Amino acid sequence: MKEPLVLMEGIDKSFPGVRALENCRFELMPGEIHALVGENGAGKSTLMKILTGVFQKDAGHIIYKGKEVRIPNPRAAQELGISIVHQELNLMPHLTVAQNIFIGRETRRKGFSLFLDEEEMNRRAQELLEMFHMRIDPRIKVQELTVAKQQMVEIAKALSFNAEVLIMDEPTATLSEAEVGELFQILRKLREKGMGIIYISHRLEELKEIADRVTVMRDGHYIGTLNIQEVTIDRIISMMVGRNIYETSSKGRIDADAEIVLEVKNLSRGREMKNVGFRLRKGEILGLAGLVGSGRTEVARAIFGADPVDSGEIYVKGQKAHIKSPSDAIRHGIAYLSEDRRRYGLMLGLSVEDNVILPSMKDFLNFNCFINRKKSKEKCEEYVGKLRIKTPTLAQKVKNLSGGNQQKVIVAKWLMKNCDILIFDEPTRGIDVGAKSEIYKLLNELAEEGKSIIMISSELPEILRMSHRILVMCEGRITGEINAQEATEELVMKYATMRNKNE
Amino acid sequence: METATYNLKRFRREILRQFLMFGSLLLLFIFFSLSSPNFFTFGNIVSIMLATCVNGMLALGVTFVIITGGIDLSIGTVMTLSAVMSGVFITYWHLPVFLGILGGVGTGMLCGFANGVVISKMKLPPFIATLGMMMVAKGLALVISKAAPIYFTHAPSFSRIAMGSLVGKLFPGFDVPNAVLIFIVSIVLASIILTKTVVGRYDFAIGSNEEAARLSGLNVDKWKTVIYSLCGIFVGMGGVMMASRLNSAQPALGQGYELDAIAAVVIGGTSLSGGEGSTIGTVVGAFIMSTLINGLRILSVPQEWQIVVSGIIVIGAVYLDIIRRQG
Repeated sequence: MKEPLVLMEGIDKSFPGVRALENCRFELMPGEIHALVGENGAGKSTLMKILTGVFQKDAGHIIYKGKEVRIPNPRAAQELGISIVHQELNLMPHLTVAQNIFIGRETRRKGFSLFLDEEEMNRRAQELLEMFHMRIDPRIKVQELTVAKQQMVEIAKALSFNAEVLIMDEPTATLSEAEVGELFQILRKLREKGMGIIYISHRLEELKEIADRVTVMRDGHYIGTLNIQEVTIDRIISMMVGRNIYETSSKGRIDADAEIVLEVKNLSRGREMKNVGFRLRKGEILGLAGLVGSGRTEVARAIFGADPVDSGEIYVKGQKAHIKSPSDAIRHGIAYLSEDRRRYGLMLGLSVEDNVILPSMKDFLNFNCFINRKKSKEKCEEYVGKLRIKTPTLAQKVKNLSGGNQQKVIVAKWLMKNCDILIFDEPTRGIDVGAKSEIYKLLNELAEEGKSIIMISSELPEILRMSHRILVMCEGRITGEINAQEATEELVMKYATMRNKNE
Repeated sequence: METATYNLKRFRREILRQFLMFGSLLLLFIFFSLSSPNFFTFGNIVSIMLATCVNGMLALGVTFVIITGGIDLSIGTVMTLSAVMSGVFITYWHLPVFLGILGGVGTGMLCGFANGVVISKMKLPPFIATLGMMMVAKGLALVISKAAPIYFTHAPSFSRIAMGSLVGKLFPGFDVPNAVLIFIVSIVLASIILTKTVVGRYDFAIGSNEEAARLSGLNVDKWKTVIYSLCGIFVGMGGVMMASRLNSAQPALGQGYELDAIAAVVIGGTSLSGGEGSTIGTVVGAFIMSTLINGLRILSVPQEWQIVVSGIIVIGAVYLDIIRRQG
C-alpha cells in the first residue's frame, strides 16, 4: 500500500472557551482528491489552518511524507509543499498576474538585488500558466480578470511553490457551471501528476463528480472517511448533521379561492424580462426556478421597484400599485430579501435590535425624534423569540451571528414592517445544512400564518420540497407552471432549458 | 484573444488619464499665457518650478505612503523640524555643511521611521499616528529653536544648495536654481524606486490587499516601516531645501504644507484607498497647484481667492478621476 502524503492524527485544538477540535484525523494519499465536509463550525477550517501553519495544534501529530513535521507558520507550510487557495481570493487586484504569483519571492536583477527582473517573472509565469492550459496573460492586472480566472491565478501561485498538497476552500461557490467544469479539469490534471488535493465544499452534489474519498467532520470531531463510490449524498448529510434534516413539510394545497395578494401582468424589460405575468395567493409559497441568468432576480427586483421596467402592471390585493422605488414596494407590504445578505440586507456592524427596527423606526419614536428603546426592545424580543434567532442579546452585532440567524434577522425586520409579501432570493445560499432546515421551517410557518412568499432558488430539491406551485423561467420568459404534486426535477429542468429557437 | 482587447482597453484608459493630467496643466499654461504677458517668461517659469520644489518633494514622499493606503499628516511639520535640525548642526554646532544636510535628511527619516513603527507595531491608524507626529515635530521645532529663526549667515555655501545654479554656470543665461535640479533628480529616483524595485512592488501590494500580501509571506510591518522612512527621507530633503532657499530655518513655517502635498498627490490620480498611483502624476499634480497659484497672483487675484480656487481644483480633479474610473 502507498504511503499517505499527509496524515493528521489525534489533533486537538482549543480556543479560549471553545473546544474547536478533538482527536481529529485526516489522511491524504498522493494522487487523490479528498473532500472534507461538515457544517459551518464543524472544524474544517480550523483543521486546515493547522495544516497550513496559521494555527498551532494543542496535541496530535502531523506526518508528512512519512516524517513528523512541525508547521509553525504559513511560510513553513509553503516550503514543505502545502498550499491553500482560500475562498476569499488572496490576490492584489492592482498588480499583474505575474506580480501576484511571485509576490514575496521576486526574481531580482543579477548583481543588483534591489531591482526586479520583470521580464523573467512574466516568462516564468507564462510557462506555469501554459503548463496547465490556463489562458491568461501574465501581464494583465488581476482586477481585469473574472473570478474564475483569478482563482486559476491563485492555483498557479500555489503550484509555483512546487506544492504537493493543494487545499481548495469552497472553490466553486462563486463560479458558473462552465467555469466549474474548467476548474475540475485542472484539478484532475493535478491529480494525475500525483498531487494530493483537499477539497472543501458545501455543494455536496459536486463531490460525486470530483472527489475520490470524503471525510466528514461534525462539532470538532472526526466522524468518518468513506470512498465516494460507496456512499450516497443523503448518507453524507446525515453524517454531517447527525440526524435526518429533510423533515417533510406539512405542505397542503392552497385553496383555489384564497385571496390573490399579488398579480403581475406583462412585466417586460429589454431582453431580460419578456411578458412576465403570474398570481400569488395568500399563504402560498411560489417557487421561482430557472438557471442562473434566466431573469428570476430581475423579476423580483422589478416587483420591488429596485430596477425600472419598460412596461407591465402590478396589482397588490386587487389594487393597481404604482411601484417606482423600493420604498413604494415596502409601503405596499412587499419585501425583497437579497441573495447577498451581507451586502444588501444587513448593517453588519450594528446590533440585532438596530437592524430589526431600521425600516420601521418611525413606530418607535417619541416626539418624532427619540427612539423609545423600551418599546423597541420589547418588540424585538418578541420577534427574536418567534423566529428563534440565536443571539446572546439584542445588542449583539449582526456580523457575529451565523448565516442562518442573519437571514432570520432580515425576516424579522420585514415582519416588523408588516410586510406580508416576502420575496426570498436564494434564501439558503451560504447557509450550512443544519441551519437550512431551520429556514425551511420558518418559511412554512410564515406561509401558514398567511404570509405570501416568492422563493427564488437554484437548488432544485429545495424548490421542489418547499413550493406549493413552481414557475420556471428561461431567457426572461415564464416557460412553465407546475403544481407541487406533479413536480419533478426532470420537469423543472425541461422548462428551464426551453429556449426560444426563433430568436 | 480577449486579453488583447483587455490590454487595448487598459492602454486607452491609461492614455486618457495621462492626457487629462497633462492636458489640464497645458490648458492652465495656455490660459495664463493668453491672459498676461508676464506669465510665459523664463523668469516666471523658473519661479513656478522653484515654487513647486518643496511641495513636490513632500508630495513625492507621501505618494509612497498613500499607495499603501496610509496617510502622513506629519510631513509639513517634520519638514520644519528637519530644517531646524540642519540649522542646529550648522549654526549652533558649527559642523560642516554636508553633515548639516545629512542631519536634516536623517531627522526626516527618523520621524518617518517612528511613524512606521507606531503604525505597524502599535497598530495605530495612520491618520492618528501621523497627526500625533505632526504635533510632536511642530513642538520640537519650536523648543529646539527657542521659537526663533536660525540663520545660516556664517555658512554661505548652505544657501547655494538650493539657490546656486550649476546649470547657469554651464549654460550662461539659464540660471535654473539647483533646487529645481535636485527636484528633478528626486523625481527620477522616486520613479525608479516605485516601478523598478522591490520596495515599490511591495508598496503597491500592501495598498492593493494588505491581508493577501501578509499571507503571501511579506513582512508587511517591516515594509510599511521602510516606506514611511522613505517618505521621511524625501520630507527631510524638502526641509533642507526650504532652509537653504530661505537661508534660515523658520520654526513657525510648515503646518498646512502636508495638505498641499496630499492635494498634489490626489490631483495626480493616486487613489487614497491605496494600490494605485504614480510619481509622474504627483509631479504634474504639484505643478498644477503651483502654476495655478502663480498665474492667479500674476492676474492680481487676491491671495484669499487663490486658496478658494485651489480647493475647487482639488475637488474637480478627483471628480474627473471618478468619472474616468466609471468609464
